[in-house]
Amino acid sequence: MDILYFAWVRERIGLPKERVTTKAATVAELVTELRAREDRYAAAFADLSALRVAVDQELTDFDASLEGAREVAFFPPMTGG
Amino acid sequence: MRIVVQEEPFDLGAEAEAFAASRSDMGAIVTFTGVVRDLSGKDLEVMEIEHYPGMTEKAVEKIASEAAQRWSLGDVLVIHRYGRLVPGDRIMMVATAAPHRRDAFEAADFLMDYLKSRAPFWKKEHTAATAGWVAAKDEDEDALSRW
Repeated sequence: MDILYFAWVRERIGLPKERVTTKAATVAELVTELRAREDRYAAAFADLSALRVAVDQELTDFDASLEGAREVAFFPPMTGG
Repeated sequence: MRIVVQEEPFDLGAEAEAFAASRSDMGAIVTFTGVVRDLSGKDLEVMEIEHYPGMTEKAVEKIASEAAQRWSLGDVLVIHRYGRLVPGDRIMMVATAAPHRRDAFEAADFLMDYLKSRAPFWKKEHTAATAGWVAAKDEDEDALSRW
Protein backbone atom coordinates (compact mmCIF):
# COMPACT_ATOMS: atom_id res chain seq x y z
CA MET A 1 0.00 0.00 0.00
CA ASP A 2 1.01 3.61 -0.39
CA ILE A 3 1.82 5.67 2.68
CA LEU A 4 1.70 9.45 2.39
CA TYR A 5 3.07 12.04 4.80
CA PHE A 6 2.19 15.72 4.97
CA ALA A 7 3.48 18.90 6.61
CA TRP A 8 5.99 18.34 9.46
CA VAL A 9 5.44 14.56 9.33
CA ARG A 10 6.70 14.62 5.73
CA GLU A 11 9.66 16.78 6.72
CA ARG A 12 10.58 14.64 9.74
CA ILE A 13 10.44 11.38 7.81
CA GLY A 14 12.05 12.97 4.79
CA LEU A 15 9.75 11.82 2.02
CA PRO A 16 6.20 12.52 0.85
CA LYS A 17 5.21 9.01 -0.16
CA GLU A 18 6.40 5.45 -0.10
CA ARG A 19 5.09 2.03 -0.97
CA VAL A 20 5.21 -0.59 1.74
CA THR A 21 4.32 -4.23 2.00
CA THR A 22 2.74 -4.94 5.34
CA LYS A 23 0.61 -7.48 7.14
CA ALA A 24 -0.58 -4.87 9.64
CA ALA A 25 -4.30 -5.31 10.31
CA THR A 26 -4.82 -1.85 11.76
CA VAL A 27 -3.34 1.63 11.50
CA ALA A 28 -1.89 1.19 15.00
CA GLU A 29 -0.05 -1.98 13.91
CA LEU A 30 1.31 -0.17 10.86
CA VAL A 31 2.56 2.65 13.12
CA THR A 32 4.32 0.08 15.31
CA GLU A 33 6.07 -1.33 12.22
CA LEU A 34 7.07 2.11 10.98
CA ARG A 35 8.39 3.21 14.38
CA ALA A 36 10.68 0.20 14.49
CA ARG A 37 12.31 1.09 11.17
CA GLU A 38 14.51 4.08 11.96
CA ASP A 39 14.86 6.97 14.39
CA ARG A 40 13.21 9.43 12.02
CA TYR A 41 10.05 7.31 11.98
CA ALA A 42 10.16 6.83 15.75
CA ALA A 43 10.44 10.62 16.12
CA ALA A 44 7.56 11.34 13.74
CA PHE A 45 5.28 8.82 15.45
CA ALA A 46 6.38 9.54 19.03
CA ASP A 47 3.13 11.26 19.99
CA LEU A 48 0.05 9.96 18.23
CA SER A 49 -2.14 12.62 19.83
CA ALA A 50 -0.30 15.11 17.59
CA LEU A 51 -1.19 13.13 14.47
CA ARG A 52 -4.21 12.44 12.34
CA VAL A 53 -4.68 9.57 9.91
CA ALA A 54 -6.68 9.02 6.75
CA VAL A 55 -7.29 5.63 5.15
CA ASP A 56 -8.15 5.82 1.45
CA GLN A 57 -8.61 9.57 1.81
CA GLU A 58 -11.13 9.37 4.66
CA LEU A 59 -10.24 10.65 8.13
CA THR A 60 -10.27 7.82 10.63
CA ASP A 61 -8.79 6.60 13.93
CA PHE A 62 -5.62 4.73 14.76
CA ASP A 63 -7.59 1.60 15.57
CA ALA A 64 -9.10 1.54 12.07
CA SER A 65 -8.78 -1.62 10.00
CA LEU A 66 -6.45 -1.70 7.01
CA GLU A 67 -8.34 -4.47 5.26
CA GLY A 68 -8.46 -3.62 1.55
CA ALA A 69 -6.75 -0.25 2.16
CA ARG A 70 -4.69 1.13 -0.71
CA GLU A 71 -3.56 4.43 0.75
CA VAL A 72 -2.80 5.57 4.30
CA ALA A 73 -1.84 9.16 5.10
CA PHE A 74 -0.35 10.61 8.28
CA PHE A 75 -0.40 14.33 9.04
CA PRO A 76 -0.77 16.90 11.82
CA PRO A 77 -4.14 18.44 12.71
CA MET A 78 -5.35 20.44 9.73
CA THR A 79 -5.13 24.21 9.44
CA GLY A 80 -7.27 25.20 6.50
CA GLY A 81 -9.42 28.23 5.94
CA MET B 1 -22.30 23.41 -5.78
CA ARG B 2 -18.83 24.24 -6.98
CA ILE B 3 -15.59 23.22 -5.25
CA VAL B 4 -12.29 24.57 -6.54
CA VAL B 5 -8.83 23.77 -5.16
CA GLN B 6 -6.20 25.69 -7.08
CA GLU B 7 -2.76 27.24 -6.83
CA GLU B 8 -3.48 30.37 -8.86
CA PRO B 9 -5.26 33.48 -7.50
CA PHE B 10 -9.00 33.86 -7.97
CA ASP B 11 -10.92 36.99 -8.88
CA LEU B 12 -13.12 37.68 -5.85
CA GLY B 13 -15.31 40.18 -7.68
CA ALA B 14 -15.86 38.01 -10.73
CA GLU B 15 -16.53 34.90 -8.61
CA ALA B 16 -19.00 36.72 -6.35
CA GLU B 17 -20.71 38.28 -9.37
CA ALA B 18 -21.02 34.96 -11.21
CA PHE B 19 -22.27 33.23 -8.06
CA ALA B 20 -24.91 35.89 -7.38
CA ALA B 21 -26.02 35.92 -11.00
CA SER B 22 -26.58 32.18 -11.07
CA ARG B 23 -29.85 32.25 -9.12
CA SER B 24 -32.84 34.59 -9.17
CA ASP B 25 -34.83 32.73 -6.51
CA MET B 26 -32.35 33.37 -3.70
CA GLY B 27 -32.95 36.34 -1.40
CA ALA B 28 -29.57 36.17 0.36
CA ILE B 29 -25.99 35.77 -0.83
CA VAL B 30 -23.21 35.58 1.78
CA THR B 31 -19.53 35.58 0.83
CA PHE B 32 -16.55 35.13 3.13
CA THR B 33 -12.96 35.67 2.06
CA GLY B 34 -9.88 34.49 3.96
CA VAL B 35 -6.77 36.66 3.61
CA VAL B 36 -3.13 35.91 4.49
CA ARG B 37 -2.31 38.12 7.44
CA ASP B 38 0.65 38.81 9.68
CA LEU B 39 -0.97 39.27 13.06
CA SER B 40 1.88 37.89 15.09
CA GLY B 41 4.24 40.68 14.07
CA LYS B 42 6.83 38.18 12.92
CA ASP B 43 7.31 39.84 9.54
CA LEU B 44 5.65 37.07 7.63
CA GLU B 45 7.04 36.84 4.12
CA VAL B 46 5.37 33.75 2.73
CA MET B 47 2.46 31.58 3.82
CA GLU B 48 2.97 28.16 2.30
CA ILE B 49 -0.15 26.04 2.05
CA GLU B 50 0.18 22.30 1.53
CA HIS B 51 -2.76 20.03 0.82
CA TYR B 52 -3.62 16.41 0.08
CA PRO B 53 -4.67 16.25 -3.58
CA GLY B 54 -7.63 13.93 -3.98
CA MET B 55 -8.65 13.92 -0.34
CA THR B 56 -8.98 17.71 -0.25
CA GLU B 57 -11.66 17.81 -2.92
CA LYS B 58 -13.56 14.90 -1.34
CA ALA B 59 -13.39 16.41 2.15
CA VAL B 60 -14.58 19.83 0.97
CA GLU B 61 -17.41 18.26 -1.04
CA LYS B 62 -18.49 16.31 2.03
CA ILE B 63 -18.51 19.49 4.15
CA ALA B 64 -20.45 21.42 1.50
CA SER B 65 -22.97 18.57 1.11
CA GLU B 66 -23.47 18.50 4.86
CA ALA B 67 -24.18 22.26 4.81
CA ALA B 68 -26.66 21.79 1.98
CA GLN B 69 -28.50 19.16 4.03
CA ARG B 70 -28.63 21.23 7.19
CA TRP B 71 -29.70 24.55 5.74
CA SER B 72 -32.02 25.59 2.97
CA LEU B 73 -29.46 26.56 0.35
CA GLY B 74 -29.70 27.22 -3.34
CA ASP B 75 -25.99 27.02 -4.01
CA VAL B 76 -22.55 26.74 -2.40
CA LEU B 77 -19.15 27.83 -3.70
CA VAL B 78 -15.81 27.00 -2.08
CA ILE B 79 -12.49 28.12 -3.55
CA HIS B 80 -9.32 27.27 -1.60
CA ARG B 81 -5.78 27.95 -2.76
CA TYR B 82 -2.53 26.15 -2.01
CA GLY B 83 1.10 27.00 -2.71
CA ARG B 84 3.11 30.05 -1.68
CA LEU B 85 1.06 33.12 -0.76
CA VAL B 86 2.11 36.49 0.63
CA PRO B 87 0.37 38.75 3.17
CA GLY B 88 -2.68 40.36 1.58
CA ASP B 89 -3.27 37.45 -0.78
CA ARG B 90 -6.69 35.86 -0.68
CA ILE B 91 -6.41 32.26 0.46
CA MET B 92 -9.97 31.14 0.05
CA MET B 93 -13.59 32.13 -0.29
CA VAL B 94 -16.93 30.58 0.45
CA ALA B 95 -20.25 31.78 -0.86
CA THR B 96 -23.72 30.59 0.04
CA ALA B 97 -27.04 31.43 -1.57
CA ALA B 98 -30.30 30.89 0.29
CA PRO B 99 -33.88 32.10 0.17
CA HIS B 100 -33.31 33.70 3.60
CA ARG B 101 -30.25 35.34 5.12
CA ARG B 102 -30.00 33.27 8.31
CA ASP B 103 -29.48 30.07 6.34
CA ALA B 104 -26.87 31.77 4.17
CA PHE B 105 -24.94 33.20 7.16
CA GLU B 106 -25.07 30.07 9.29
CA ALA B 107 -24.09 27.77 6.43
CA ALA B 108 -21.11 30.01 5.56
CA ASP B 109 -20.02 30.01 9.23
CA PHE B 110 -20.36 26.21 9.38
CA LEU B 111 -18.35 25.82 6.18
CA MET B 112 -15.54 27.96 7.59
CA ASP B 113 -15.40 26.07 10.89
CA TYR B 114 -15.19 22.73 9.10
CA LEU B 115 -12.77 23.87 6.39
CA LYS B 116 -10.41 25.00 9.15
CA SER B 117 -10.17 21.65 10.93
CA ARG B 118 -11.50 18.95 8.59
CA ALA B 119 -10.13 19.82 5.15
CA PRO B 120 -6.56 18.56 4.65
CA PHE B 121 -4.65 21.84 4.38
CA TRP B 122 -1.58 22.79 6.39
CA LYS B 123 -0.04 26.25 6.70
CA LYS B 124 3.64 27.01 7.10
CA GLU B 125 4.80 30.53 7.93
CA HIS B 126 8.08 31.74 6.48
CA THR B 127 9.87 34.86 7.74
CA ALA B 128 13.33 36.00 6.66
CA ALA B 129 14.85 34.03 9.54
CA THR B 130 12.48 31.20 10.36
CA ALA B 131 9.92 28.77 9.01
CA GLY B 132 7.33 26.94 11.07
CA TRP B 133 4.11 25.00 10.73
CA VAL B 134 1.05 26.72 12.11
CA ALA B 135 -0.36 24.67 15.00
CA ALA B 136 -4.06 23.89 15.04
CA LYS B 137 -5.85 25.74 17.82
CA ASP B 138 -8.02 24.04 20.43
CA GLU B 139 -10.63 26.73 19.87
CA ASP B 140 -10.90 25.73 16.20
CA GLU B 141 -11.66 22.15 17.23
CA ASP B 142 -14.05 23.39 19.94
CA ALA B 143 -15.84 25.51 17.33
CA LEU B 144 -17.10 22.32 15.65
CA SER B 145 -19.15 21.46 18.73
CA ARG B 146 -21.32 24.52 18.04
CA TRP B 147 -22.84 22.61 15.16
